[in-house]
Amino acid sequence: MPLWDWGFAIEILPVLLGGLVTTVEITLLGSVLALVLGLVIAVLRRARIPVLDQLLWAFVEVVRSTPLLVQVFFLFFVLPGFGITLGAFTVGVLALGVHYATYTSEVYRAGIDAVPRGQWEAATALNLPRSRVWTAVILPQAVPRVLPALGNYVISMFKEVPMLLAIGVVELVNAGRQVGSETFRYVEPYTLAGLFFLLLSYPASMLVRRLERNRVGT
Amino acid sequence: MLDNLPTILAVLAEGLPQTVVATVGGIVLTIVLAVVAGLMLLAPQRWVRVLSRIYVEGFRGTSEVVQMFWIYFVLPVLVGYQLVPLWAGVIVLGLNHGAYGAEVVRGAVQSVPRAQYEAAIALGLGPVQRMRRVILPQAVVEALPPMNNLFIQLLKSSAILSLITVEEVTRQARDVLIPAFGQDTLLIFGIVFLIYLLLAALITAGMRFAERVAAARVGRTVGRQRPVLPAGVGGGS
Repeated sequence: MPLWDWGFAIEILPVLLGGLVTTVEITLLGSVLALVLGLVIAVLRRARIPVLDQLLWAFVEVVRSTPLLVQVFFLFFVLPGFGITLGAFTVGVLALGVHYATYTSEVYRAGIDAVPRGQWEAATALNLPRSRVWTAVILPQAVPRVLPALGNYVISMFKEVPMLLAIGVVELVNAGRQVGSETFRYVEPYTLAGLFFLLLSYPASMLVRRLERNRVGT
Repeated sequence: MLDNLPTILAVLAEGLPQTVVATVGGIVLTIVLAVVAGLMLLAPQRWVRVLSRIYVEGFRGTSEVVQMFWIYFVLPVLVGYQLVPLWAGVIVLGLNHGAYGAEVVRGAVQSVPRAQYEAAIALGLGPVQRMRRVILPQAVVEALPPMNNLFIQLLKSSAILSLITVEEVTRQARDVLIPAFGQDTLLIFGIVFLIYLLLAALITAGMRFAERVAAARVGRTVGRQRPVLPAGVGGGS
């Protein structure tokens, strides 16, 4: 039997593409959660509400310093004890989204800090309500400059979706694993899985790099 | 609720050596690969740069879990030799983070001011001496803080070794403790989180020390302020 069987590779392509679709779905949903929740955490921390601020700080530090896989297991095994039973797909989106929200919150914070003080003062002088200060003055200046950093985290998240096979999500690698366990051929499924990641994430990171360079230029 | 605490601690303690070996082994391999590939990225020969670039982008562009499964399940078919799970894990951790570290090393070397090169040339130092005596000691100081972040990423990544049956902390928790003490899930995960936090703190303490030593060697002192964000290195794990 040859090391690489083209016929077999083509035959398993539909299964792998199905896994790829799931991977992309989880990445997109997880990204939405990470981008929104991260912004909420950043803005809340900016308000410096006692106790809440310390709680958020501790939360961000713990999540950033412990393994994502352990957090996935945490949600998967602990939530049912509180009467919340979610599917593996949902747990995956939740775990990735919350994990990356702690990273994006720091990115947003850096972006918010980079907005000149004069902008805050001008907004206060104009007597804008607090919500308008954020939505009309600060965020439109803070968010565009951190877009490349946010993009990098979305790409990182995409590459970490395979971890969810541990709770049974049939993403790309798990699809390959299932093919492998039925046919006892792992060379094609795992190699193709790796290629799929490269084909999507490499152009994406090129795009982010271009975005970065343009921003430095302006 | 705390009745099972001694058992839980004992089971997790059994996994601790594996987590530590995987992390330390991964870090050693990361340092070697990062320095070699990082310097290759700066080589005057185009083919050397291309070779290193392929390694770096290949490992940064694919998923760590895929790399691990590939080395553990596919490589044996190709070369006819099956790696022990722990060593397959160390190799993946090293190869993956070495690729990120290569960019750190490249950036650090490039951040050494141009004048330092010129001064070294003016003093008549050859290329090797120039690197060893002038450029690298200064580059190391620059590289250590981002390397700290990278090593903590590596520690966190070591949890995926549980997926290829390495009996480290995460696998002990999931496969031994959760089935046995289903009512103590919060306690189990609380301790697991603490273990990783502690190990991360140890890495940071070690790296801070190394940074002070390296800075003192080139006659600098380390500032107290340091960005919390991983510099340029992808997030996650």
